[in-house]
Amino acid sequence: MKLALAGVSHHQAPVALRERVAIDLRAAASLARRLASRDADGCEAVVLSTCNRTELYLAHPADDGLTAHADRALLELAGGDAGFLAAVTYRLTDESAALHLFRVAAGLDSMIPGEGEILGQVRDAFEAGAPGPFLDRTFRMALHAGRRARVETAIGESPSSVPAAAAALAEQVFEGLGGRKVVLVGAGRTSELTARNLLSRGATVSVVANRSVERAERLATALGAEAVSLSRLADAVAHADVVVSSTSAPGLVLTNSELAAALRGRRGRSLLFVDLAVPRDVDPSLAEIDGCFIYDIDDLEAVVAASLEGRRSEAVEAERIVSAEAERFASWRASLVVVPAITALRARAETIRSAELARAESRLASLSEGERAAVEALTAQIVAKLLHLPTVRLKETAVTSDGLHYADVVRHLFGLEEDEG
Amino acid sequence: MAELLVWPALIAYGQAAFAYAGELRGAGGLGRLGIWGVRIGWLAQTGLLAAQALSADGFAWGGWAAALNFMAWLVVSGYLIWGCRPRYRLLGLAVMPIAVGLLALAWLGGGTSVGEADRGGWVLAAHALAILAAFACFTVASAAALLYLLEESRLKRRDARLLRLRLPPLEALERVAARVALTGLALLSVGIVAGLTQLERGDVDATMTVTIAVLVLYGLVLVARREAGLTGRRFAHGVLLGFALVAVVLPVTHFAS
Repeated sequence: MKLALAGVSHHQAPVALRERVAIDLRAAASLARRLASRDADGCEAVVLSTCNRTELYLAHPADDGLTAHADRALLELAGGDAGFLAAVTYRLTDESAALHLFRVAAGLDSMIPGEGEILGQVRDAFEAGAPGPFLDRTFRMALHAGRRARVETAIGESPSSVPAAAAALAEQVFEGLGGRKVVLVGAGRTSELTARNLLSRGATVSVVANRSVERAERLATALGAEAVSLSRLADAVAHADVVVSSTSAPGLVLTNSELAAALRGRRGRSLLFVDLAVPRDVDPSLAEIDGCFIYDIDDLEAVVAASLEGRRSEAVEAERIVSAEAERFASWRASLVVVPAITALRARAETIRSAELARAESRLASLSEGERAAVEALTAQIVAKLLHLPTVRLKETAVTSDGLHYADVVRHLFGLEEDEG
Repeated sequence: MAELLVWPALIAYGQAAFAYAGELRGAGGLGRLGIWGVRIGWLAQTGLLAAQALSADGFAWGGWAAALNFMAWLVVSGYLIWGCRPRYRLLGLAVMPIAVGLLALAWLGGGTSVGEADRGGWVLAAHALAILAAFACFTVASAAALLYLLEESRLKRRDARLLRLRLPPLEALERVAARVALTGLALLSVGIVAGLTQLERGDVDATMTVTIAVLVLYGLVLVARREAGLTGRRFAHGVLLGFALVAVVLPVTHFAS
């Protein structure tokens, strides 16, 4: 089987080019079916299109023009003047294409190493595509490699964005965020993103405080919270577990003097301030109070940078896993070379056995049913035992460079060419 | 022959302690190796304790060295209750060096040999078991408190690598410390009551006084946590102060008397 891949990704193509060939899952499914139906003789296709890449995977039993076919299909996607794509398109075949797919599934080819979405996107593309037995096995192996990389390394564990880092820090303070109260100070987009990240981990937004209560109300309604003005902030903080602040105020919004009474009433209960504003909203001296922790935007970005560094070091181990899986793929693909020869050899042996039994029919007529069954079983066993070792040896040599040669020798010795023909 | 089991136990505990320390330095993936060291060591030590119990003519851990051997096993058993969960595995950072120290001291003092026993009767055995279990609880509680202080300081310092070495959450560490200390307090009370039934006039010594002080201190710390908001860092310090009495003052008074 031949495997061909043509694609563009964030490595070479800026978004202005990628968006020309980006398609949704339904269109990808339709394109895969169209590509697979080009040739009635076992063409298989899967189209993977995400915001970072569009890749066409084609497989065919013996098509040397497969890469050009994939290439043309990709250029057609871009429509009209598609010459610009040629320079940024990568074309890979067979083991290289499979290794690339495995790396994609493991998140090793992503902008952020180990990002979690890609594995699901590969699965969706595979399920929506038009895979035959070859691409089915190839994509299953890729998904397995992706899962192994995530389970056996920490490549996908640490946060890769400021909102995710804020939520992960909150989980480092509190034992689970279920039912934890979040207070948002400022009703901008940054607050909302961080709040949604906390919400996805079980926290609830209790209060949205803003200079303009009207604006706070819009966000509060969307998050199921209460909108208040900044003057009522101290009350809200007294009952909060996490305070996310991102106003555009020129000075401090949460000061030690204003919050002192509220914090005393907390009796040491932990409180995490996430200060995303520049200039900062939260008085740094609050960090001196027992149980109060403050992370500003620089701190959070440093946490994200350290996390990404960690992901990159985990990527080394993930690459090893992916390489091992790619080797398994190579062995399996090589074994496909000898499968037709083995199948023909076994079919030839079975034909001879059946013919010889039929020839001896007159001499076996006197046998009882049980005795006939015993003869059947005996001859079948002799054939199976005779063919066992050659089958094993053929499979073993399939992964070496001699695999094809051995298969030809078997075909020649047993005259299998006529049978296969 | 069974005495030799102390070596696999000691080596496996030591390996676990090093693996956890390696995890602290960001070596990565060593935590899993650590927990296997703990499990293997625990099995070896369980075998050793079983051999001691079977061959002893009475309570096998009456002497101070044998008691340390048994206490090391209790400490590791207590750790394993939480340590098998990946989120809590790094409690071993503080627990395993203590376990190694206890077992090494026990070996130096001859507490890992087989065939010796202290004939003290069942009540004294129950007294010793309860006291040892209580001290083991205080050891695990103080390990959690120590990690609390470490994690709190990293949070206060805004350590950028905080999420690369994931210790248990602060709240979880405080909860573990409080629960285990409470269990220790209950066991210590049982041990003291059992001991009092065997006490004769004039038997009160410095060790007993310190034991009572430990009981009072842990009681005060736990009540203050519940009623007066002695939480977080201050609670952790209270737990560690109690452990200092157990680990330093108690042995000094024991050997001085």
